Amino acid sequence: MKKAFGRFYLVLIFAFLYAPVLTLIVFSFNDSRSRGNWGGFTLKWYSALFRDRHVLSSLYYTLSIALLSALIATVAGTAAAIGIHNMKKILKSFVMNLTYLPVISPDIVTGISLMILFVFVRLNLGFTTLLLAHITFNIPYVILSVLPKLKQLNKHMYEAALDLGAKPLYAFFRVILPEIMPGVVTGFLLAFTLSLDDFIISFFTTGSGVSTLSITIYSMARLGINPKINALSTLMFIVVLALLLIVNKRSSANSKNGTAVMNI
Amino acid sequence: MSKHIIELVDLVKDYDGTEALKGINLYIRQNEFITFLGPSGCGKTTTLRLIGGFEKPTSGKIIFEGVDITDMPPYKRKVNTVFQKYALFPHMNVFENIAFGLRIKKTDKKVISEKVSRMLKLVNLEGFEKRSVDSLSGGQQQRVAIARALVNEPEVLLLDEPLGALDLKLRKEMQLELKRMQQQLGITFIYVTHDQEEALTMSDTIVVMQNGTIQQIGTPEDIYNEPKNAFVADFIGESNIIDGVMLRDYRVRFAGHEFDCVDKGFGINEDVDVVIRPEDIRLVPRDESPLQGTVKSVIFKGVHYEMQVDDHNGYGWIVHSTSMEPENTDVGLQISPQDIQIMKKVSAI
Amino acid sequence: MKKGWISYPYILWMIIFTIVPLLLVMYYGFTKTENGTMVLTPDNFIRVMEPTYLKVLWRSVLLALVSTVVCFIIGYPVAMILAGRDISRKSTLVLLFVIPMWMNFLLRTYAWMTLLDRKGLINTLLGALGLPQLNLLYTDFAVILGMVYNFLPFMVLPIYSVLRKIDRSLIEAAEDLGSDTVTVFRKVIFPLSLPGVVSGITMVFMPAVTTFIISKLLGGSQYMLIGNLIEDQFMRVYDWNFGSAVSIIMMLLILLSMGVMARYDKEGTGGGLF
Repeated sequence: MKKAFGRFYLVLIFAFLYAPVLTLIVFSFNDSRSRGNWGGFTLKWYSALFRDRHVLSSLYYTLSIALLSALIATVAGTAAAIGIHNMKKILKSFVMNLTYLPVISPDIVTGISLMILFVFVRLNLGFTTLLLAHITFNIPYVILSVLPKLKQLNKHMYEAALDLGAKPLYAFFRVILPEIMPGVVTGFLLAFTLSLDDFIISFFTTGSGVSTLSITIYSMARLGINPKINALSTLMFIVVLALLLIVNKRSSANSKNGTAVMNI
Repeated sequence: MSKHIIELVDLVKDYDGTEALKGINLYIRQNEFITFLGPSGCGKTTTLRLIGGFEKPTSGKIIFEGVDITDMPPYKRKVNTVFQKYALFPHMNVFENIAFGLRIKKTDKKVISEKVSRMLKLVNLEGFEKRSVDSLSGGQQQRVAIARALVNEPEVLLLDEPLGALDLKLRKEMQLELKRMQQQLGITFIYVTHDQEEALTMSDTIVVMQNGTIQQIGTPEDIYNEPKNAFVADFIGESNIIDGVMLRDYRVRFAGHEFDCVDKGFGINEDVDVVIRPEDIRLVPRDESPLQGTVKSVIFKGVHYEMQVDDHNGYGWIVHSTSMEPENTDVGLQISPQDIQIMKKVSAI
Repeated sequence: MKKGWISYPYILWMIIFTIVPLLLVMYYGFTKTENGTMVLTPDNFIRVMEPTYLKVLWRSVLLALVSTVVCFIIGYPVAMILAGRDISRKSTLVLLFVIPMWMNFLLRTYAWMTLLDRKGLINTLLGALGLPQLNLLYTDFAVILGMVYNFLPFMVLPIYSVLRKIDRSLIEAAEDLGSDTVTVFRKVIFPLSLPGVVSGITMVFMPAVTTFIISKLLGGSQYMLIGNLIEDQFMRVYDWNFGSAVSIIMMLLILLSMGVMARYDKEGTGGGLF
């Protein structure tokens, strides 16, 4: 009895959670503009999407920002993680608090504070500022992915490499890096995904006609309902879903306990 | 005489205020198997790491074959290390691990292959080239670590408690293997352990350390039979250590009785430590010895019985014997003069 | 040995791009431009105290609190049910629970726009059943709904993960000593789940109080919460001084709530700042 009630309740909750998402996806194939009635199956919104130049340019910007910021953040973050790993306690906790700052801060605060910074130094808001902002909020997540892997390393491995004649750089690339690579890759994927998904910070730090997909959706949504958004949503959802499933699978393979649900 | 391959001169090492080494002076001969022995924190591993180059001394010098290498980084030193937890590279197989050092020296492929095979044969792991590191047992990993170090033909091999993680039987086998390897290769082994039995089995020379200082250097027999102070005596083998008074040369008083002994050179009525090994005490019928007591406990240890006999002064003597006296028996304790070791009291550090 | 200097560029970067911006916000909040020069003034903060703006602050806090409570009431049972299931389906269920969260925040909110709209799906269904049409969009209800929808997983997951870790034998011990199901819950399960509850409350309240998307899309352009106020000041009105002051007030609000929560979270499951 209790189990049936529990199961029913769960079904309700899941319905609540998925209804909007599914509606969005289903209606992306709706032949009518109506949000309530079904007019037949069509792919016209998707083709309209691909013909919309504004959408396409946002796609280009979104992808390039995501890729560039993720790459730079990964290299910088890995180097930073190595430095932090070897730090003394006091400095380490200071730097870790610094690292957590963008993670805990509300996006809106990060967004406006960065905007103020850029304007203050008279930097034109555009691609560069957008990139700088994305790198800033990505690096901490890379560090948080790489640091645990560094902690798991046998401290003597690096010394063993030196002992056998390797110079520090050689030892790093041949011994340390292969060992922490899973963390580095996860960090990269995480940064890439966060970048793709971001809205608020991008909203405040971009300009000069540089727009990301999220921002484009926002401006379209403010004008009212538009089935092209549905189509875009469906596509974005599938991509992010795929990426995060991969990240989740990697992190559960690497973590000690079974379930590793990414909590972003 | 073999020449001195390594010299440590006034080596001091401080870690954030803790003095790990308080001024070590030592020379190591070529082709010798020398062991640093002592309890945790005595400085033996620190000394080893300084020789390997993984730490820099706070002051002092390290001389290698006449050259001052104090500031030389580890990858330039002609020593190789076998680490306590092996530190094998998990993303490489056995062959790659062993070949690592050779590859750095840009050795020819054929030569690498040849040398690695020879090494695998030396450590009894022929055929293991392609095996992955985590498929190996502890003992096998240990041997790969040894092979990885030795293949580079170092002049000196450093071993940091390499057998600690192995079970007893395997450990004893490896001890003999390492000794055999050292003699076969004719290179210097510097070994670190806290296991005195291990040190006694393998070494040509033992350096007993405590609290960052050297307590005694000598051959295993020297250290065992003629410990210089109570610490060494207590650390090596089991001992009975009791307070005594040296009345005059060859005569000592302890446990309420006077005994003849074979030591001299102490002051008249000087307070001393008296050290007697458990296996050197014989249990005789009560009236046959001035020193008497009651058997308090008997434990069968396989090779011998270990008995505790409390004398009339309250001291509990540990006695090892192949025959036993049951508990609560009154017995006499008989000790030969040459088995009574007198040593100066160790002043508190 | 490896040197720590390798991370100095990173520290510099973080100082420039994280600390300095926050300092600048402080700077703008406490100054005003008078005749072309910046002067130190508390005017911005005084302005925040005006009734119009206090109403905005109050509304944000109220709505965030309501959403948090609703999330708690709905979410706790979900966490309990998920934590009680057999192992293999558990992780799949949890994963399924989390997946909608991975859709873009913006899109999830937009999805409710389509559902709640006067010509949207809900009203169409109601109409089909012969029920009267409802004006759901651009109301407090819509905003709360949006918040609950977006933040429910943040409440459920922490509670779920704490509940999972509760040692079975504690419950069995309580039952063995004579407690019935309700008492076991009241005296054993709920108290032990408190760290998760605290986490959940923090992770819902904070984004709820700072949101501006939910309120703008589901509440309409006239609907003002703190987030909208800030966005408005920075993007339309261009009164950065006032906007910064409001931001500082909001950050104080957050620090306050985190401080209150930290008092209840003795195990220190929070982030590195406290």
